[in-house]
Amino acid sequence: MSASLEKGIQALKEQVDSSVASFFSSCVHCGMCADACVFYTETGKPELTPITKTEPLRRIWFSEYTLIGRLMKTLGLAKRVDDQLLSDWETLVYDSCSMCGRCSMVCPVGNDITEMIRRTREGIAAAGHAPEGLIGATQRSVTIGSPMGVRLPALQAQIKHIEKDTGMSVPLDVEGAEYMLLLSSMEIMNFPEFIEAIAKIFDKAGATWTISSEAFEATNAGIQIGVSDIAATLVQRVVDAAEKLKVKTVISPECGHAYMAIRWEGPNLIGKPYNFKVRHILEVLDDFREQGRLTLTGKESQRLTYHDPCQIARRGGVIDEPRNLINMFAENFVEMPENGKMNWCCGAGGGVASIERAEDLKLAAFKHKKSQLDAIHVEAIVSACSTCRMQFEESLEEYHMDIPIISLTETIAEHIAEDK
Amino acid sequence: MTKDLSRQDRTLGEALRGQGISRRSFLKFCAATASMMALPPAMIPTIAQALEKAKKPSVIWLSFQECTGCTESLTRAQAATIENLIFDAISLDYHHTLQAASGHAAEAAREAAMKEHDGQYLLVVDGSIPLGNPGYSTIAGISNVDMLTDTAKGAAAIISVGSCAAFGGIANAKPDPTGAVAVSAIIKDKPIINVPGCPPIPGVLTGVLTHFLTFGAIPELDHLGRPVAFFGQSIHDRCYRRPFYDRGLFAETFDDEGARQGWCLFKLGCKGPSTYNACATMKWNGGVSFPIEAGHPCIGCSEPHFWDGGGFYKALSMPTGNVSENAVYAAAGAAVGAVAVSALNRAKKKKATEAHEEVTVDDLTK
Amino acid sequence: MNEIEFLSWVRGPGFQIATVIFVAGIIIRLGETLLLGRKANLAEAKGSEMSSGLRTVAARMLPPDRETFKRSTFTIVAGYIFHIGLFVTIFLYAPHILLIKDVIGFGWPALPSQIVDAFTVVSLIALLAILLHRLTDKVLRHLSGPEDYIVWFVTIAPLLTGYLAFHRLGGSPVMMLAIHILSVELLMVLFPFTKLMHTFTLFLARWYNGAISGYRGVES
Repeated sequence: MSASLEKGIQALKEQVDSSVASFFSSCVHCGMCADACVFYTETGKPELTPITKTEPLRRIWFSEYTLIGRLMKTLGLAKRVDDQLLSDWETLVYDSCSMCGRCSMVCPVGNDITEMIRRTREGIAAAGHAPEGLIGATQRSVTIGSPMGVRLPALQAQIKHIEKDTGMSVPLDVEGAEYMLLLSSMEIMNFPEFIEAIAKIFDKAGATWTISSEAFEATNAGIQIGVSDIAATLVQRVVDAAEKLKVKTVISPECGHAYMAIRWEGPNLIGKPYNFKVRHILEVLDDFREQGRLTLTGKESQRLTYHDPCQIARRGGVIDEPRNLINMFAENFVEMPENGKMNWCCGAGGGVASIERAEDLKLAAFKHKKSQLDAIHVEAIVSACSTCRMQFEESLEEYHMDIPIISLTETIAEHIAEDK
Repeated sequence: MTKDLSRQDRTLGEALRGQGISRRSFLKFCAATASMMALPPAMIPTIAQALEKAKKPSVIWLSFQECTGCTESLTRAQAATIENLIFDAISLDYHHTLQAASGHAAEAAREAAMKEHDGQYLLVVDGSIPLGNPGYSTIAGISNVDMLTDTAKGAAAIISVGSCAAFGGIANAKPDPTGAVAVSAIIKDKPIINVPGCPPIPGVLTGVLTHFLTFGAIPELDHLGRPVAFFGQSIHDRCYRRPFYDRGLFAETFDDEGARQGWCLFKLGCKGPSTYNACATMKWNGGVSFPIEAGHPCIGCSEPHFWDGGGFYKALSMPTGNVSENAVYAAAGAAVGAVAVSALNRAKKKKATEAHEEVTVDDLTK
Repeated sequence: MNEIEFLSWVRGPGFQIATVIFVAGIIIRLGETLLLGRKANLAEAKGSEMSSGLRTVAARMLPPDRETFKRSTFTIVAGYIFHIGLFVTIFLYAPHILLIKDVIGFGWPALPSQIVDAFTVVSLIALLAILLHRLTDKVLRHLSGPEDYIVWFVTIAPLLTGYLAFHRLGGSPVMMLAIHILSVELLMVLFPFTKLMHTFTLFLARWYNGAISGYRGVES
């Protein structure tokens, strides 16, 4: 019960570095970021222009870290950050931003606006103005270990089903295994076929793997809500488990921000490099493919496309791997009009899906994705993020479009050649 | 019957005929003058008639802080030219260099002319007037300023010949030791025509005089009091080297290939673009040449304060001071300042980081 | 003060003051931006920061992909026109090159003045169109404040007054030249305190953008 304006301002002060200062100095108010933002293009609301979402951080940069700004502050002429501002900015920074990163790609002066919004969240959250839904998810993540409240017994139950149904083993807490798999609560509860798929593929590839009973959650609510301390706590759990089990590589599953959290932000959050590698499941599968450890059989003849999850592709760097894998089984693969690092966000990432009052906005944002699908007329959509999957399923239903969305890993597993 | 053709009573026409100037030559002069002043050819007979009948007006020429260059220019001629003869059309009653009298007799001539032609004589002034201490320049014990104010009282009009009388000139240049000023700074209640130039082109002065004699009025003047007919266009707009400027062909030094080819002298400091005079069209020495044609950049001598215009050899677009030196000092100072300011910034950030209280789940709500 | 004195002042003390503020201001702004520093990235790299950063600095100077271009066509095209126009009129016009040579010690060949004149006209039109766009487009109205309009004014003023001075329009040409130089000095004085700093800081911003993305193996 101790969020405060002071803490918020303090947090914002910590977030200003030379990159942030360069970005704010360079913005010329050209408005191109709005044209790239799915929340603006589908609603036409100018207040959703990405760069304006960073206003609280901008005011701190100006009045604290520039000479002219400090002079103006002493003269009482600089715009201040007060509680009203942070409160007003809550919906801008959370409800209407999925941290997709498109604005950062088009800004002519090179601003990484996404990064700036990420940092702005630190201040708004510390001041107590993070959305209720996200606060709840964060609390559950820290106290229970999962934003959806999934505890170990629930995971164990799923594992039991899988082992019974398939006869494959899902090893827990195996010390010295090569790979340690993380799972998102969404996958555990809604898409447990993913775990099945992993078991099958890794068995065929001859790779040893395990899941830690102490740290199996991949998602990181701290990243969504934008509180580095909490994000660090969650990352540390995974690090402790990985070190305890002496694994070589930690695998981030088919979840978007989990990859960003554990692969890219992780070591910086806890303040030291890992002594293990982190890879996305698609990277691991692509490695297997390259090493000839993946033998697939049968083709998908249906016309399908691939949806690049923002945090994996544009913000994560995993762009070629899914395509290499899809080309192993797809006969009729067609790309979305803008794909890869320029793909359009599905509208649900970055915490938006956890915010109930943002339902309508999220649905509206999906219209851009819908227009892409309308252009290419596919029979199936392949993706690699559970949140995207949920958003597609819900929204396609809403728009009366009957296109199944399938997991890439699961599809690979389906085509694994059985050599009996 | 012969008239008493003493100089004082002859009309200009009689005077010119007396000197053997044919009617044809006289009309040619009128035509040339008309065209110089941009008057239509229909005006030529009017000019001729007026000049024919013009009674020689009295002209008093006061020379103050001057170098006599204006007089030299105006009287300099290779051969007797019609411009010289025009001086026979005026009764030059007082002129230090040209008059025969000296001392008290000279001053007496001036006073007599003032009395006899009160309200009608033309006052021509060259040289600036020192106000710092009137004793800096005196004639017959009378200070310039006193002589000017006194003589101006009965003048019909005043012509300030040369940049000194028109604008203050060289004496007025930094550091201006004598407090030199133009005629127009002292006389406020008489029409003044400025004919600047250092010196002015002879044909310009005679053109102004002709206008006055023909129309009995002063010609149209620009905002600096100069006749628009002669000072209405810049050297730049009439310069024969302008095509080189437009094409970017400049002489870099006085004897390089560009200079030899006659390229534009802008880079060598030509003030042509900001200088208004007739040099590029009327030229000098009877139309022989003018400074640019001779290979020297225009120094802007018909403009006020041209001596302090930043240097004759510094192009107009260049700053007049030594900017690079100041820029380097500014950069050095700023670098130190930047380091200092950044130290403050980093200290502030460090303080914020050290004051960081861990944000736990309980700290997400107020 | 008459116009020649005014011209001498803007060429003299005026330019000195403007240059000092310009140079000192820019260095302080760049210093206080860059010297804030940035923590080293401890994650396992997938690409090089330096080369990715440099790549983005160059790449963002070029037009973006087709779809982005279609969505932001006016901003991109008008932006290119007036930036190129400013570059030509400032750096490729003989009298300006002389001025620069006087300050930094070297110059370069110039374009004929008629060509520079044509670029000036096109740039003026582009800038007017940009102002209209900023006043009518709803995103830009939301984004824009007094600074945007002031900067627009101090950017177009030298172009406009230069054009008028060159063509001997707008009254006394000596006065017009002096006003032109004064307008440039105004631009210089305001430069370090406004978004005009993007002229320099965009190199930093683009580098950081490329470095951050490139570290993760994405070309931005």
